[in-house]
Amino acid sequence: MSGKPKLSMYWATACGGCEISLVNIHEKVLDVDANFEFMFCPCLLDTKKKDIEAMPDKGIAITLFNGAIRTEENEEMARLLRKKSRVLIAYGSCSYEGCIPGLSNLHSREDHFKTIYLDNPTVDNPSGVVPTPETAVPEGTLRIPSFYERVKTLSDVVDADYFIPGCPPEPHQVWNVIEAVVQGRQLPPAGSVIGAGASAVCEECERKKEDKKIKKFYRTYEMIPDREKCLLEQGIVCMGIATRSGCGALCPKVNMPCTGCYGPPEGVLDQGAKMIAALGSIIDIGDVKGLSEEEIAKRADAVISSIPDPAGTFYKYSLPGSILKGRIS
Amino acid sequence: MKNQKPETKRKKPEDKKRSASGGAKSKSSKPAVNGDFEPKIVGFLCNWCSYAGADKAGTSQVKYPPNVNVVKVMCSGRVDPQFVMKAFEKGADGVIILACHPGDCHYKEGNYKAAQRHRMLLKLLGQFGIEKERCRFDYVSAGEGDKFVKVIKDTVDTIREMGPMKKTKKSTSERTE
Repeated sequence: MSGKPKLSMYWATACGGCEISLVNIHEKVLDVDANFEFMFCPCLLDTKKKDIEAMPDKGIAITLFNGAIRTEENEEMARLLRKKSRVLIAYGSCSYEGCIPGLSNLHSREDHFKTIYLDNPTVDNPSGVVPTPETAVPEGTLRIPSFYERVKTLSDVVDADYFIPGCPPEPHQVWNVIEAVVQGRQLPPAGSVIGAGASAVCEECERKKEDKKIKKFYRTYEMIPDREKCLLEQGIVCMGIATRSGCGALCPKVNMPCTGCYGPPEGVLDQGAKMIAALGSIIDIGDVKGLSEEEIAKRADAVISSIPDPAGTFYKYSLPGSILKGRIS
Repeated sequence: MKNQKPETKRKKPEDKKRSASGGAKSKSSKPAVNGDFEPKIVGFLCNWCSYAGADKAGTSQVKYPPNVNVVKVMCSGRVDPQFVMKAFEKGADGVIILACHPGDCHYKEGNYKAAQRHRMLLKLLGQFGIEKERCRFDYVSAGEGDKFVKVIKDTVDTIREMGPMKKTKKSTSERTE
């Protein structure tokens, strides 16, 4: 065993993109190797859970925990790694705010099981078997981790020291964090979001911004937007106004709207609520002079009807981390 | 400060045949669907019109249910959708946003923005399983003490019949950030 500080990376309910984003720092990964002993990462290395359990508490310098908490196993690993790590970082949007897996909070566990295991044209399940934590078989009882009612964020189950947003985090931001640690720079107070800016994506976006008035919202397949003008002004739902900066406005740069993966900006609790606040005030319902109260509501509804799925659009990455955390069931 | 002297305990029996008997807990024979359920409602009232309207109801000593906790805001346009969600998260059974009538906004168009946001918020809350009756938007001017009372009564009665907000199955802890 070398004397280098230990670095670990774990995936809970994740897609694997976060691991790729770490490798995406390219040749700087050699610097990571020079400064850390990369000792646990189920995606890349063969270290097992029992090896972690055998370590002394706080034996790992930094753990980059990616993925949301969907199952009992995810939570168990989060608790184990919390115990064994000096610094636990929620890495990526899933562990920070629930991300795409978190959208399943719009439905109940029963609905999921029904869709996945029973009512699905491609499923052949005549005896209607759905997963249960315990199953009796002739040889004894089989146990699998239970599936939670709701997706949780990492900080819902353990104390996370820092949060690195992004789906996945941008390599230059990942490097900023690693470099700060390697150089022994003072890290911000625990609980901070690191590896990102504090304001909105719009600040990094170079498009021309003018007065915003929207008569109809368009989905990305419905038009080819002008490359210079603000996407929102063209009626594309761009989440940049309610999303933390730090990515360099990559999506608007290639003519695609921001979908909000860096989460809410500093000081904002709920990204979706802020989207509603922003979009609600720039809807253009035409001349309002003399308009009746009912007519105002009707015209607003007509514009809003061009956003088919507000929850899925505004909370694409942040539902479990939002105020209501999902559907009230 | 306002002294609306809200009263609900002794609602007149001829007050239509609403199922909930105004929360009169002493009456055991009441046909209320939800027993003794008293809805908790948060009301965001604009300083210039609706709050003055509420004051008017108070000074005229009109009786109305005490279920609404009033939060004064300078303009209905100041009501951030986060406030509404926070209210629901903290256990409110309903939210009322009251604004100046169209054209009367002290800041010219704050009430239009509030109205538009409210329409959008309703669509979102629907996806979260929160009924639109629980989040009401209406216009009350400074002179409309009677309309204020009507809106409050209507909303309280509607929500009382609907019953309490369904509870979110609680995640273990709040996020630290």
